[in-house]
Amino acid sequence: MNSMDPFIAAALFIILAPVVGILITGLDRILTARMQGRVGPPVLQPWYDIRKLFQKKQVAVWGAQSFFIFCYLIFIIFTGALFFGGGDILLVIFAFTLGHVFLVLGAYVSYSPYAHIGAERELIQLMAVEPMIIIAAIGLYQVNGSFLIGDMANHPGLPILLLPGVFLGFIYILTFKLRKSPFDLATSHHAHQELVKGSTTEFSGRTLAMVELAHIYELVVMLGFIWLFFGDNLWLCICAIIIIMVLEILVDNCTSRVRWQDAMTSAWFVTLVAGAGNIFALSIM
Amino acid sequence: MLSNDTYMELLIFLILFPLLMAGLLTLIQGENFRRAAVISGAVLVGIASLITLADSITTQAVYYSVPVDMIGILIFIGDILISGYIISVSLKARQYLVFGITILQLILLCAVEYLALADHAHIPELFSDQLSGIMAAIIGVIGGLICVYALGYMREYHAEHPDRPDKRPRFFGIMFLFLSAMFGVVFSNNLLWLFFFWEITTLCSFLLIRYPETDEAVKNAFRALLFNLVGGACIPVAFLVIFLGQGSQYIGLHELVTAGPGIALIPAGLIAVAGLAKSAQFPFSSWLVGAMVAPTPVSALLHSSTMVKAGVYIIARFAPVFEGQIVGILIALIGGITFLAASAIAISQSNAKKVLAYSTIANLGLIVACCGVGTAEALWAAILLIVFHAIAKSLLFLSVGTVEHQIHSRDIEDMTGLVTKMPRITMMILIGIAGMFLAPFGMLISKWASLHAFVESVPPYGILLVIIIAYGSGITAFFWAKWMGKLIAVGEPQTKDESHIPRSEKNILYILSALTIGVCFGFPIISWYLIEPWLLTMYQSVTDLISLSNIEIMFMMLFLVLIMPFSLARFTHSARRVPRYLCGIPEGGSTAFMGSCGINREIALSNYYLDRIFGEERLSRISVGMGIFLIVLLLNILIIGGGL
Amino acid sequence: MSYLQKSPWIIHYDASSCNGCDIEVLACLTPLYDVERFGILNTGNPKHADIFVITGGVNEINKEVVQNIYEQMPHPKVVVAVGICACSGGVFRECYNISGGVATVIPVDVYVPGCAARPESIIDGIVQALGILEQKRHAMNAGVEGTV
Repeated sequence: MNSMDPFIAAALFIILAPVVGILITGLDRILTARMQGRVGPPVLQPWYDIRKLFQKKQVAVWGAQSFFIFCYLIFIIFTGALFFGGGDILLVIFAFTLGHVFLVLGAYVSYSPYAHIGAERELIQLMAVEPMIIIAAIGLYQVNGSFLIGDMANHPGLPILLLPGVFLGFIYILTFKLRKSPFDLATSHHAHQELVKGSTTEFSGRTLAMVELAHIYELVVMLGFIWLFFGDNLWLCICAIIIIMVLEILVDNCTSRVRWQDAMTSAWFVTLVAGAGNIFALSIM
Repeated sequence: MLSNDTYMELLIFLILFPLLMAGLLTLIQGENFRRAAVISGAVLVGIASLITLADSITTQAVYYSVPVDMIGILIFIGDILISGYIISVSLKARQYLVFGITILQLILLCAVEYLALADHAHIPELFSDQLSGIMAAIIGVIGGLICVYALGYMREYHAEHPDRPDKRPRFFGIMFLFLSAMFGVVFSNNLLWLFFFWEITTLCSFLLIRYPETDEAVKNAFRALLFNLVGGACIPVAFLVIFLGQGSQYIGLHELVTAGPGIALIPAGLIAVAGLAKSAQFPFSSWLVGAMVAPTPVSALLHSSTMVKAGVYIIARFAPVFEGQIVGILIALIGGITFLAASAIAISQSNAKKVLAYSTIANLGLIVACCGVGTAEALWAAILLIVFHAIAKSLLFLSVGTVEHQIHSRDIEDMTGLVTKMPRITMMILIGIAGMFLAPFGMLISKWASLHAFVESVPPYGILLVIIIAYGSGITAFFWAKWMGKLIAVGEPQTKDESHIPRSEKNILYILSALTIGVCFGFPIISWYLIEPWLLTMYQSVTDLISLSNIEIMFMMLFLVLIMPFSLARFTHSARRVPRYLCGIPEGGSTAFMGSCGINREIALSNYYLDRIFGEERLSRISVGMGIFLIVLLLNILIIGGGL
Repeated sequence: MSYLQKSPWIIHYDASSCNGCDIEVLACLTPLYDVERFGILNTGNPKHADIFVITGGVNEINKEVVQNIYEQMPHPKVVVAVGICACSGGVFRECYNISGGVATVIPVDVYVPGCAARPESIIDGIVQALGILEQKRHAMNAGVEGTV
């Protein structure tokens, strides 16, 4: 997979990411159910959900909602293609942010109280995780000497050995990115919460399907980031991803949502102590 | 390509012509004359500055001695006149601190002049290279556009505030004087000249800020004057160091910079302190926030193309001297802290102009940080930041000014759903905001480049700056995105009403939006033909910061962003429209609902300002403290360095 | 079976129930019955929902609320009236403030009687509703329903 043509890799991402993402999300739902003593849905349930949403008629407060969500999906896919095409990691992060801003704008447009607070919280989440993601990119650069993801993926050693703090910090903010409790402030996969459905409250039908699809692409991109910490040790990386996902699901099931103040300050604190400390130490040595 | 002499005449034209315009505008009162004069003046200055820019692509740096013997004396007399004026105003207003500092400055200056007359090496007074060309184009084009915009704006301004004295002839006079002084700053090679123009910009900003003549305006104007004088007082000290220590030939900017850190570091550090004050870095930042009381074109001028840009320009000039030096690191840290703190404070502001002010301070902080690091890569990012910021920020200020006249408020909360009332203006604000923080627009390219630049330079301080940018960029995204959200959040559609906006204002906004998008497409050209050749002469080698393939990807994104709105039409009709979900019974319009006990309630949504965490007062106190500490540390190092 | 039937999302509204049926509806989500096996989720948001599960008789005040929720759901959609009160008004039928069963306000597709309705019968009702949902989708695609 390492020496693949970037365009083929990007195309493969666009085709395969939904498959991988849906399987992971499906397994996630089953595991969640098992942890709660339930059986859980079929493994392809996320796929059924998305297909169903595409079959529904749309309702919207303003038509522009769907437009912003369409942009969100396009830019998340673009980000992923750039990532797996081996592009510049900072560019990937910036494109990622652009995508999320579109999601936030889509939530803002409706002027709905629930979507509005969801949008604000989405932004707080964005602000909470952005430093750590950039610091992770810088840490990976320090180890690899290149900003290109193509080069990072071919790193023969284990970057994680030099970046333990960055890795920990990254796992911490991964909870935000996967929209898992306790940091699922903006919207949640769990039923019925205080903000109804937060930022996605006013979306329906195809628009909601695009949000779900974008989340799935996002999941794959975030797991791709974890891969970079393991260089070319593919099997080790897959093991790590499995362990991390199980941990995330466990945390999701046994914690309750925190206030935004705690979410943000704790994310920044972890970023500073674990992430920034790590790259600072690397630069001294 | 022009011959050297014609080229120099062009520079002198750029300095003297706005001066002439300033005189004419002050003396002749008629509104029609003013209109014609400002437009033609702005067009001429704009064209001349663009020719300068075009010519600086092909020519090497050009140096020119003014063939008038007495000119040095004239500049000195000018300095004394400025000081005299400041002394008289400050005494009248009982601003004894300002008075004291001006006296101090005058004494220092007299000492400098005494030394200069005694031993005067012959150095060229004027020069121009690619950086001067870029700066001139910014001043000429953006400054000119702002002056034209001000025509319509000031008419409305006085209609709205009949209580404030209408001194428009003087106002436009000072605007043009400002431009003239800015051209002087960027074309001066003789530092004594530079100082003279520098003081004129300080004076002009003072006069423009106090234009409304309210108590607050006068108070803030004096604060601006005070801070800039405190900074400015460092420049004569630098001259003394040069004349007493290094020799009078180093009074030339080019000579000083190429002499290397051994000779240039202490004067450069002192002049950089003046630059920090002028570019409103912590601890000096409050003057720029206070300057918001002035009419919007003044804010736009101060923030985008003049004044603060003079501060970063001078630091950028000396950047090669700072490379790898502790002085440079301290300057970079001041910039970094300013970037972080000012961005954070912007979160807690709902006044649009204050948000813009803090974001200006933040971006200048980033530029200063790049200059303090002083490597070729960092300087590349800094110059691009200057360009992008000037254009996007002037667009934002002017469009906010236009909105303010229409809705009679500067508050972002009052701009809810502006997209239905003024779709075009809103579109332009959105372009401006996108230009400030979103990929693939301008500022982000520079942020990206500065991350690339910092990560390798002066370890471990470079990483410190990287961490600062990492936090800062999350914060920046927050406050810009929530503003964007407010603009497009539509409760009840308002009737579209853009007809009252003067045509001249609208046209200027169109031009600036086009420029904002244009420089995003054009930045590789700016980089290849202007910035890289300039860096090559400064550093002898330049590495590619952003590879071609990345530029291609950026363009792809840019196209994607620009064609997206065309798909909007498809989406607006495809959905069944239902009211928003309010967990109750929608009443009347869809923004009200029947709550418990049958009471009708209107929904009111407001943004988060996170005041507890990002409160202005709290963060200012902390960051001003840190700023003072770092500045004093910097001065200590310079003094001790001078003593050794 | 279409995807619509594999992923029915419900919104549950208590019109003016005694909470007996509500408890039973929620019991369907618990490990014992686990309706997520069939892809059923309780969304709590009409704009995401396919099935409107409503308990209790409709009173004069919340008539409009029920209509509003129904109105906000995207087509195709079905309504399941759970419990005898939702079906006909039940023992509250003659109350001064009760306008009767849900059918007096919005069209009901499946009636699940019982006081309180048992989880098994609720699940059974929802599964029946899936068939109707499928019919409605065909009708919608043929342009009969939901073209508004």
